[in-house]
Amino acid sequence: MPNSQPNHGHVAVMEPEAHGPELVHQFSDVQQQKNAASLGMWLFLVTEIMFFGGMFCAYLIYRLEYFNAFAAGSQQLSIKMGAINTAVLIISSVTVVLAVKAAEAGKRKLLVGYLVVTVLLGLTFLVVKGFEYREKFEKHHVPGSTFSFTDKFDDNGKQYSVNSKEAELFFSLYFVMTGMHALHMIIGCGLFTVLAILAWKGHYTPAYFTPIENSGLYWHLVDIIWIYLFPLLYLISRHS
Amino acid sequence: MATTAVPANQAPKLNYLNNGHTIKSWLLTTDHKRIALLYLFSVTAFFFLGGFFAMLIRLELLTPEGDLMQADTYNKVFTMHGIVMVFFFLIPVVPAILGNFVVPLMVGAKDLAFPRINLLSWYLYVAAGILFLHCMLNGGVDTGWTFYTPYSTASNSNVVEAGLAIFIAGFSSIFTGLNFIVTIHRMRAPGLTWSRLPLFIWSTYATSLVMILGTPVIAITMVLVVAERLLHLGIFDPALGGDPILFQHLFWFYSHPAVYIMILPSMGVISEIVPCFARKRVFGYNFVALSSVAIAVFGFLVWAHHLFVAGISLYSAMVFSFLSFVVAIPSAVKIFNWTATLYKGSISYATPMLYAFGFIGLFTIGGLTGVMLATIGIDVHVTDTYFVIAHFHYVMVGGVLMGYLGGLHFWWPKITGRMYPEAWAKLSALFVFVGFNLTFFPQFILGYLGMPRRYWQYPPEFQVLNVLSTAGASVLAIGYLLPMIYMLWSLKYGAIAGDNPWHAAGLEWKTTSPPPTLNFDETPVVTWEAYNYDEIPDRPLEVPVAQ
Amino acid sequence: MAQHEEHTTHSQAFYLFIGFALLVLTATTVGAAFINLGAFNPVVALLIATIKATLVVLFFMHVKGASEKLTGAVVVSGFFFLAILLSLSLADYLTRSGPMWR
Repeated sequence: MPNSQPNHGHVAVMEPEAHGPELVHQFSDVQQQKNAASLGMWLFLVTEIMFFGGMFCAYLIYRLEYFNAFAAGSQQLSIKMGAINTAVLIISSVTVVLAVKAAEAGKRKLLVGYLVVTVLLGLTFLVVKGFEYREKFEKHHVPGSTFSFTDKFDDNGKQYSVNSKEAELFFSLYFVMTGMHALHMIIGCGLFTVLAILAWKGHYTPAYFTPIENSGLYWHLVDIIWIYLFPLLYLISRHS
Repeated sequence: MATTAVPANQAPKLNYLNNGHTIKSWLLTTDHKRIALLYLFSVTAFFFLGGFFAMLIRLELLTPEGDLMQADTYNKVFTMHGIVMVFFFLIPVVPAILGNFVVPLMVGAKDLAFPRINLLSWYLYVAAGILFLHCMLNGGVDTGWTFYTPYSTASNSNVVEAGLAIFIAGFSSIFTGLNFIVTIHRMRAPGLTWSRLPLFIWSTYATSLVMILGTPVIAITMVLVVAERLLHLGIFDPALGGDPILFQHLFWFYSHPAVYIMILPSMGVISEIVPCFARKRVFGYNFVALSSVAIAVFGFLVWAHHLFVAGISLYSAMVFSFLSFVVAIPSAVKIFNWTATLYKGSISYATPMLYAFGFIGLFTIGGLTGVMLATIGIDVHVTDTYFVIAHFHYVMVGGVLMGYLGGLHFWWPKITGRMYPEAWAKLSALFVFVGFNLTFFPQFILGYLGMPRRYWQYPPEFQVLNVLSTAGASVLAIGYLLPMIYMLWSLKYGAIAGDNPWHAAGLEWKTTSPPPTLNFDETPVVTWEAYNYDEIPDRPLEVPVAQ
Repeated sequence: MAQHEEHTTHSQAFYLFIGFALLVLTATTVGAAFINLGAFNPVVALLIATIKATLVVLFFMHVKGASEKLTGAVVVSGFFFLAILLSLSLADYLTRSGPMWR
């Protein structure tokens, strides 16, 4: 019935303690709350796509203009480490999906196990990245006053010299893009660590495991960003 | 229901305002209505800060010589004016104040989808504001609010702090938009289908799409500028191999849709006011609803019209020019439909309606001059002149701000339970309208005659028009100060408003003024179309007066 | 407000299969990089990356089989507007007559 009478008198004062995370007061039922949380996380992921997208735009334009320098810079990156990291992230996405599955089935220990493995894989990624950055530092490929690039672009056997400033631009984008990605990985690892602790304490049941699902979505997006970063940064021109 | 005072033996009803009096209950609130008031307080403060900078600009421009301040100082003054007004006033004003308050009520919900994120939004805004104030006190920024490189990477001023402040404010905006989209999709009352939604919801929804999709790009752009300054990365600096036009592409990819973030909610407000004070359904509801979404989508396709003279290719300039013509069409659709709504309506002239009329006229002028600017041939001559300044002030002040003031007056009884004094409000609106046109119309002429923007001195033959403009600004200032006074006055002495003093359609009018904390005692079930003014008794509006 | 239960969890074997497919695709993209395909190298690389991303979105992020079409619309719109940023910016750079800023 349409509420055509003006409201009078008594009002239900909000009592936050009356609602657990399973159903908060602004939602009328659990499914609505779950759908809302999921949509909210997806919208946040869209902002992440656009956020990284700005850097991809810069990368795309400079790669077209300074192809030789970008290819030369790319050839100095370690395919082995990049590929290992790609594999590590893919496996961690699998463990995340299996963690969600475990949460849904109410298997607490399995859930915690998968979350812990995910964090460990994430840390592995960061350690490998650390080795890569160190290698860059040793080869004087870090942009700034210490930058020095004397390597050539190897195009099917032919060696081309490249402009040092253009190569520096490649490495600027390399550090900014992988650095921003690594920051998001660190946040993800932190998030899953907290969730693992809460899961161990029994916070999540088959009726409520929304944070696991939504954090999983975040992690998968970070994986997708790396799926694009890897070929674009490491595999520009490798046939020689 | 016009009473002047609450009888002594009746205790005030429990509502969101008196449900908790401590500072903690306000600063840690998750009630969207209280958060709206927190925003009202902080956004208004920034408005007056931006206005202060405007006053300094207009004072300097009273005389052709640069005699009030140094050129470098003037650069800082117009930059701060721009940053404050764009990022700390125009972007949040309607969504974070009116939107936060009204959206859950309009859809029949108890709150937004994520109340704590709503509060976080406000704290991010405040944090950004504090960082920016710190930047200002440290000498400010002098790059223009557009931060063009390479100057912004080289300037001695506090670009890093300002850039970070904008980054943080951007997330405030993103979270607000996220909250709105989820609320509108998931929390509409039973029976409230998309085609029954008030047009303010459609506009807010479209605005939120732009916030989500566009704001992250300015965020990364600011990060890159900060990184360039701090780490000498050379992404935009030509001396280091970078491209300044790339900065402009990335900057305007957000900043153009940003102007639609500003105008769409105000357009939504007009769509609420006009049918109410014409006692008629909106003409062409579907067109008006979809035009909001069209503006949001097309608004993303036009950004390089800010780069016509920057060095982009002629072919892409032509494409962007064409697309800029196209984006004017949905805005025009709204103007036509509001006009058609007025036709044969039973029109009354309460203050919200006066602001709506002002909006329709002034936005039309601003919009048409925008189409002129989209014409490359014209733009080449008047870009970076006062013509551009006049154009965007017509749409932002004549459009956004008028819509906001109209909405603030319209929903004031709902927000506070009090009526503002109508006579003073009408007088203010008159000051605003006259002052606004006197300030900015001469600037069209100045720009056409060739006076450049961002210059602190000008040829003497431009002085008369500049003096008129400054005089207008003084009148405008009165128009903005008066509401501060009478609206505060109304909180204590204004007539008590009933649930629906305007006899308006909309779920927000079906609860008390002010509403209870959880908005509705029972969840409404909607079985009627929006703007069913033919069903609402067409009583002459009695605007209650205080005695 | 649609109130459907989301029966989107596949079997463990299925997820392992998708993960394995992603690893195979990774190896493929590395291998393809060493073959000279001329202008098609980047095309192939991006194509494989997009296939991988699609697998993650559809199966790991449970977009396939989601009860709400809205999820798919949100994903598509995110990538669509990114495509707008990239393509319209490129439209400027690719139609310039001279070299980019030096």
